[in-house]
Amino acid sequence: MRLDFTVNGRPRQADDVWEGESLLYVLRERLGLPGSKNACEQGECGSCTVRLDGVPVCSCLVAAGQAEGREVVTVEGLAHYAGQRSGGTGARGTSPDEAVGGAAEGAGPQAGEGTGPAPVQQAFIDAGAVQCGFCTPGLLIAADALLELNPDPTDADIREALSGNLCRCTGYEKIMDAVRLAAARRSEGV
Amino acid sequence: MRPSEPSAASGQGGAPLGVPTKITQGSGTRGGIGESTLRPDGILKVTGEFAYSSDLWHEDMLWGQILRSPVAHAEIVSIDTGEALAVPGVYAVMTYDDLPADVKHYGLEIQDTPVLAHGRVRHHGEPVAIVAADHPETARRAAAKIEVAYRELPVVTDEASALAPDAVLVHEDRTDHHSHHVPHPNIVHRQPIVRGDVAGARRRADVIVEGEYTFGMQDQAFLGPESGLAVPEEDGGVHLYIATQWLHSDLRQIAPVLGLPEDKVRMTLAGVGGAFGGREDLSMQIHACLLALRTGRPVKIVYNRFESFFGHVHRHPAKLRYEHGATRDGRLTHVKCRIVLDGGAYASASPAVVGNASSLGIGPYVVDDVDIEAVALYTNNPPCGAMRGFGAVQACFAYEAQMDKLAKELGLDPVEFRQLNAMEQGTVMPTGQRVDSPAPVAELLRRVKAMPMPPERQWESSEGADVRQLPGGLSNTTHGEGVVRGVGYAVGIKNVGFSEGFDDYSTARVRMEVAGGEPVVTVHTAMAEVGQGGVTVHAQIARTELGVTRVTIHPADTRVGSAGSTSASRQTYVTGGAVRHACALVREKVLELGRRRFGSYHPAWATAELLLEGGKVVTDDGEALADLVDVLGDEAVEAEEEWRHRPTEPFDPRTGQGDGHVQYSFAAHRAVVEVDTELGLVKVVELACAQDVGKALNPLSVVGQIQGGTAQGLGMAVMEEILVDPRTAKVRNPSFTDYLIPTILDTPTIPVDVLELADGHAPYGLRGVGEAPTLSSTPAVLAAIRDATGLELNRTPVRPEHLTGTA
Repeated sequence: MRLDFTVNGRPRQADDVWEGESLLYVLRERLGLPGSKNACEQGECGSCTVRLDGVPVCSCLVAAGQAEGREVVTVEGLAHYAGQRSGGTGARGTSPDEAVGGAAEGAGPQAGEGTGPAPVQQAFIDAGAVQCGFCTPGLLIAADALLELNPDPTDADIREALSGNLCRCTGYEKIMDAVRLAAARRSEGV
Repeated sequence: MRPSEPSAASGQGGAPLGVPTKITQGSGTRGGIGESTLRPDGILKVTGEFAYSSDLWHEDMLWGQILRSPVAHAEIVSIDTGEALAVPGVYAVMTYDDLPADVKHYGLEIQDTPVLAHGRVRHHGEPVAIVAADHPETARRAAAKIEVAYRELPVVTDEASALAPDAVLVHEDRTDHHSHHVPHPNIVHRQPIVRGDVAGARRRADVIVEGEYTFGMQDQAFLGPESGLAVPEEDGGVHLYIATQWLHSDLRQIAPVLGLPEDKVRMTLAGVGGAFGGREDLSMQIHACLLALRTGRPVKIVYNRFESFFGHVHRHPAKLRYEHGATRDGRLTHVKCRIVLDGGAYASASPAVVGNASSLGIGPYVVDDVDIEAVALYTNNPPCGAMRGFGAVQACFAYEAQMDKLAKELGLDPVEFRQLNAMEQGTVMPTGQRVDSPAPVAELLRRVKAMPMPPERQWESSEGADVRQLPGGLSNTTHGEGVVRGVGYAVGIKNVGFSEGFDDYSTARVRMEVAGGEPVVTVHTAMAEVGQGGVTVHAQIARTELGVTRVTIHPADTRVGSAGSTSASRQTYVTGGAVRHACALVREKVLELGRRRFGSYHPAWATAELLLEGGKVVTDDGEALADLVDVLGDEAVEAEEEWRHRPTEPFDPRTGQGDGHVQYSFAAHRAVVEVDTELGLVKVVELACAQDVGKALNPLSVVGQIQGGTAQGLGMAVMEEILVDPRTAKVRNPSFTDYLIPTILDTPTIPVDVLELADGHAPYGLRGVGEAPTLSSTPAVLAAIRDATGLELNRTPVRPEHLTGTA
């Protein structure tokens, strides 16, 4: 079948999609967007989380056909999405160590067309919330959705909102720090 | 490089080859060791651009699929691939008979693992055939059409069945070097450690406690599935892009099976989504290469989670029997123990796990009289091998339970009792090895005990109970009724680096040149970055040693010598040591160049101790002699060399004596739990850790490692266990629905106190970090649950039925 939908603000089309394919498969293998991850493919780990018409979903559990005509945001489009939401060019926090860290020049492609990473992405780097990074894309989508709804979450709120995303490396402490940091920077208007 | 945006016409995409993009670090003047510099791959990882092994894509790529045995132990009567080969879109189906070389087995130490089953399968999920097709679903369906006739055989599943007089031998006609000394062919390896006079010491004991403990089978549960892409090359070789822990170990096992010399098997590390020991053994590497060479097309294999549970080894489950004695005043008199590890169907890392379990079997305590025995069995259970903590974890669970039991018998405080018997620098281990660097066991216990306690009843609020902070959580099973709190402590000891005489070296190539008007250093190693942050640390070392700001970490591949394994908490020590060493060689060459070019301008070139700092050559009292840019000109200075830590010795096969370990690391935990005693549900409220790291090269990463290891220990305490049916040896819960790892709701705050007592033998004084916190976390949680409930709890993980008396 042919699939027409919007991904990260752009109309996209995929041909020869087998009916059994998931949205995750189409994103990763047909549209060249492997940022959404494939850790369990049964909705337990949250690594494949994307926004589908604004709602965070496990894209491994969404049949590709269900995305027809709808809007999808993946981690590759998160900076652009966050930038549009804040009505600007992607507000961005700066850490003292940033100059030395991975955000420096030559560090690779920047997502989101002319913007830096979304605030929540920068907070994950700055707080040390990324180790192997395989859970990171899903966590970023979930954390960004949380902060969109609840700009000042309590720790219990953060844990509840991120409870569908497994991480095996960090013990979650730095992830908590990252979400707190993103919220604090937002409230400080950084 | 911009994110790839393939055209709609091609309809395909993904990460281009040449994966991991070269990484260049910052432009400030800081960023050396001791600073919490940020990950150089961080921006790629948060934007979704980092190319993991499962993200790779190649034009004309096929998908590989493995057919696995549905039974644990059987003779293969016949295999019919005809129907599978007839499926449109299928390009190859291969079985044992299609293997191209004389070598058809592989293994880390003992080559006992068939690439594809030959006449017999020995465990549930063993690979039998492989398929390549143009769509992963086609490959799966074709694999399902391969007809295999099995004649089931009796299974051995535990010590009793493995060593029974009529036991089926899992491997007949063993010739490996352990086969000559083991008491039974179904024992992979046995290591006794005997020191002093246990019988005499027992007579001095006022109190003796015994215990028998059971440790369940834990899974590494790294999130990035086993995966990679094999690309056939024009010279008849193959290039494998792979997630692994040790490229050169893979290479050594892969090439002979393909019938290729090692230089025709090129390997590049793809992005690795965690490892924790589960990528030490090969998984899909050989299968992908075989299919690529057979079809002449690139072949990608990606396991799903179900297959991942069968596709890598697990942590050895264990039965442990301990006897501890002590005098009335609280001094340990002796320890006698026997540790039986289930190695499953193939050897994997079992011999080394046995070495660790035995040599670290009594924990970080002073005991002169010991009688220790550890064995690993061959059974028809899933193969077990490396996982974070590697043999030391199982023992720690048992000896720490024993220490609490003894303290209780003696009426002593469990922490003070441990401190009274704590080893320290100068202590002689059961192996006879004298510990020659700091061993602050008592101090770590003091520190973790001194940390502030979490307030009681944190779940109470003005609006009632916040169930998210109670046992049962959002299931809303209690508002505090039946909930009791407990506190427990534990401490552990882990070796760092490969032990028992292994030639444990790393190689680093470091290059300095001028680019864009400034000195730039490139560090090239084959170190597998699996998330631990080695790439961050290598850049920090290069900045510190060579006084530059810009450091590029070259992608890891086999074009440089081996970096050894990313395991045994060894990479910062050993490959870090190699990078530092190569930097020192580069520094000497740069200074030589400087002397040649500028030596006549300043006497200090000939006389003073010279350093490289801030992009300049400076004297040790800070006077700048020249800019590195001018010294280098258009020359590039490069050095590559192997670096080794101090040698170790094998353990004597009868007495276990020998200086077998190069370094020890220590962590202590305090667990605070709340238990719903009616439902048997546990909420870990806080899990505090104190650890000595010698020197924190990157404090942020060090704390991250400690917290991550702690959480894995928590999982082992209260939820994680691969369940194997004892009658059929089949795995019952191969999914994240049924094998639970801690979520963010299950994991408490993990305050960390980092101690830095230098080990004078190690680079910068550092001590390996990654594993020690995984040891003591589990027994601390168990101790806290015992404290809360008064139950004995001799197995881990603890399940609700163990707490409610309904087991």
